[in-house]
Amino acid sequence: MSTASSGFKLSEWIFTTDHKRIGILYLIGSIAAFAVAGIMALLIRIEQMSPGATIVSDVYTGGEQYNVWLYFHGAAMILGFLIPGLTGFAANYLIPLMIGAKDVAFPRINALSVWLFWAGIVLALLTFVVPDKPDVMWTGYPPYSIKTGGNLALYVFTVHLIGFSSILASVNFLVTIIYMRAPGMGWMQLNMFIWGCFTALIIQLVFVPVLAAAVTLLLFDRYLGTHFYDPANGGDVLLYQNLFWFYSHPAVYVIFLPAMGIFYEIYATMAKNRIFNYKAAVYGMIGIVLVSGEVWVHHLYYSGMPDWIRIGQMVTTLLISVPVGLMTISLFGTLYRGAITFNIPMYYGVAALYLLLIGGLTGIPLAMTVMSVHLGETSFVHAHFHFIMGIFAAFSVFAAVDFWFPKISGRMLHEGRAKIGFWLNFIGVNVTFWPLFIIGVDGMPRRYWDYSQFPAYFGNYHKVATIGAFIVATGMIITISNWLLSAVSGAKASNNPWGSKSLEWTHTETPPGPGNFPQDVVLDGNWSPYNYSK
Amino acid sequence: MKRVVSVMAMLGLGLTALLAHAAAPVPDPAASWNHLWRDVLIDLFIIGAVFLSAGLYWVFKYRATREGQVGEGPQLTKLAAIGFAVIPAFLFMADDFYLAAKGWTVWNEYRNVPRNAVEVKVTGSMWTWSFEYENGVTTIFDPDSKTGDGLVVPVGKPVVLRMNSVDVVHSFFLPEHRVKEDLMPGRVTYLWFQPKAVGETIATCAEYCGNRHSFMWTKVKAVPQAEFDQWLANMKQGGKGA
Ligand code: HEM
Ligand SMILES: [Cu+2]
Ligand SMILES: [Cu+2]
Repeated sequence: MSTASSGFKLSEWIFTTDHKRIGILYLIGSIAAFAVAGIMALLIRIEQMSPGATIVSDVYTGGEQYNVWLYFHGAAMILGFLIPGLTGFAANYLIPLMIGAKDVAFPRINALSVWLFWAGIVLALLTFVVPDKPDVMWTGYPPYSIKTGGNLALYVFTVHLIGFSSILASVNFLVTIIYMRAPGMGWMQLNMFIWGCFTALIIQLVFVPVLAAAVTLLLFDRYLGTHFYDPANGGDVLLYQNLFWFYSHPAVYVIFLPAMGIFYEIYATMAKNRIFNYKAAVYGMIGIVLVSGEVWVHHLYYSGMPDWIRIGQMVTTLLISVPVGLMTISLFGTLYRGAITFNIPMYYGVAALYLLLIGGLTGIPLAMTVMSVHLGETSFVHAHFHFIMGIFAAFSVFAAVDFWFPKISGRMLHEGRAKIGFWLNFIGVNVTFWPLFIIGVDGMPRRYWDYSQFPAYFGNYHKVATIGAFIVATGMIITISNWLLSAVSGAKASNNPWGSKSLEWTHTETPPGPGNFPQDVVLDGNWSPYNYSK
Repeated sequence: MKRVVSVMAMLGLGLTALLAHAAAPVPDPAASWNHLWRDVLIDLFIIGAVFLSAGLYWVFKYRATREGQVGEGPQLTKLAAIGFAVIPAFLFMADDFYLAAKGWTVWNEYRNVPRNAVEVKVTGSMWTWSFEYENGVTTIFDPDSKTGDGLVVPVGKPVVLRMNSVDVVHSFFLPEHRVKEDLMPGRVTYLWFQPKAVGETIATCAEYCGNRHSFMWTKVKAVPQAEFDQWLANMKQGGKGA
């Protein structure tokens, strides 16, 4: 693929420091994590299809199996798929190309990051091998995570490896964006995707260390006999939850901001239009960075926190709608008076418009303390975060692969197969998650595999959701196999098949060679990645 | 855009109306919750409909019709750019404060326990709930055999639960009463609810607590006051429950 000129050599990939190859290595790892976590999702959905033991052994020990699937699904989807897919694959491949740089600032550290990530994936996969399989969920709350017989170290070390990898990557890309832009490229001329990464990476750099510290203390409590989280010995039982969400709420923006960035690029290119009110969107992104650290208590609305902070952070959480609203107006506005071409990236783009609204708006009741006291920990939450992360953000990764496919592989994607995959994915996710909104409002708790205490009609909704999951699985098999097939047998792509104005299309070969740009890129104040109408 | 403006203006007026709204005489958090939920859904539906119809309309209207066509999106003047940021920002904020104010009002109902409330101590442990009444009577419910009284409460009287866990974090979730609160070792948390009709509902654990998490539930039985008093007295004498 990519930069290989004389055939495939494994050692060239293992020792590579080329950001494009590293990006592809991230992509392979994250799609692998997605596939295994996806299989877990199917097992979970089959189990939930009816109350009582469906595929787990029996109602007494079944939880031991189910909880491991759920642990792996959650942890791998977030730490193994979405974050590395966006801030690993997309950021690596695109940042230097979009800013006119030959590579990232520290190519060898970049190589270290990707291999740390791969080590994290391998460690996570050991879940299925060790006898004491981890069952702490991706949240790992103590005292349960300390008392369980499940392996906690595996969880903690996976977080350490992937966290270390993300911290290194953040420093690397931030330095790259700040110091390595092509001469003449001002901050207000940057691609929206660059802004999405820039803001996301600041969040990552600030908050990941907090998570790393929080889980390290778990490890001490469990294996070294400390009592950081143990109230019987002077510890604090809520400390972990606070630290965890102090990182993990901002982490949703580490996913959301680059995902938005990808859709801005697709909209602008396919509508041949400038970003509507570019600056408002950029300030929106910066606004998210500023508020992201003041809202974590919305995950602890019914956890015995003082009442004043539950109300204070309801207000800050609701106010997130301001920057997100501005970004949304810019995204939708980019269609206004555009000249839109509908191809597969734009199919995902139009779907994103709907997914962003459903996922975003259902967050509003969850932001309201009193609403969340009923809706929290139900399948309403589960459907909400799947709409915004499991679908909107996951679709942004698929759309990114489709959109930059010609540049990355040098070949065109087979549109027909991609569209079949798209429709199955889009229909499937709706069939899966709408029923879960409905029974969530009626009280269906999340992380339950049996629900016999609830009315019998819950089972019908769960059955529909399970059918939906299999529709998505079919769509994803088609989507991923289409990538593989098209990468070897697609029609040859030209340098700029979409007629984009962005540097990665206008100034590079397809695929870009070592050093990215045949000539050094020099820009002037009139250059913009979006100036179609001039 | 005009429609958004007028809708948001209406929501802003709602805030004023809210301040004039007097508190209901007998607080009933679950009813207030349902009422607020309806308002929130209307709010979300309006915002969603405005954005989705604008988006879809533009998607269809601005399809490229010829080869090489480019978009003609407006190059905003400085003033327009600020206007398109500041005006929506204030509209969003107006809606946020409107929802926050409404949410806070209902929240106060949730947190202010009426003085005449019956108090029950709840203890969570992997994976059972046990209940202790003011006169020392304790009950549990066994989800496997479906035996035991579980939580028995009088209709028409508020019930406050003082809760604590002996092992890990659990959450006492009463779906019918629209309320939950976590239980944890080392702290006492509380919630209250208003049983309105005779009958059986459930409470179930809503914070992941391991293998039998899905099975950590109990019957909640609401009975007339007289029957409740009778039951409590019988239990005190070591008699059989209801
Ligand atoms: C369409 C594909 C997917 C299906 C069918 C699916 C299904 C599920 C199911 C059934 C659960 C368990 C619900 C419960 O018992 O509480 C779950 C949990 C979860 N899913 Fe997915 N999922 C999918 C994709 C994703 C993606 C792409 C992400 C990426 C962010 C994701 C993130 C999560 C997380 C974080 C949890 C929570 C795990 C926990 O409770 O600890 N899912 N999913
Ligand atoms: Cu959050
Ligand atoms: Cu529990």
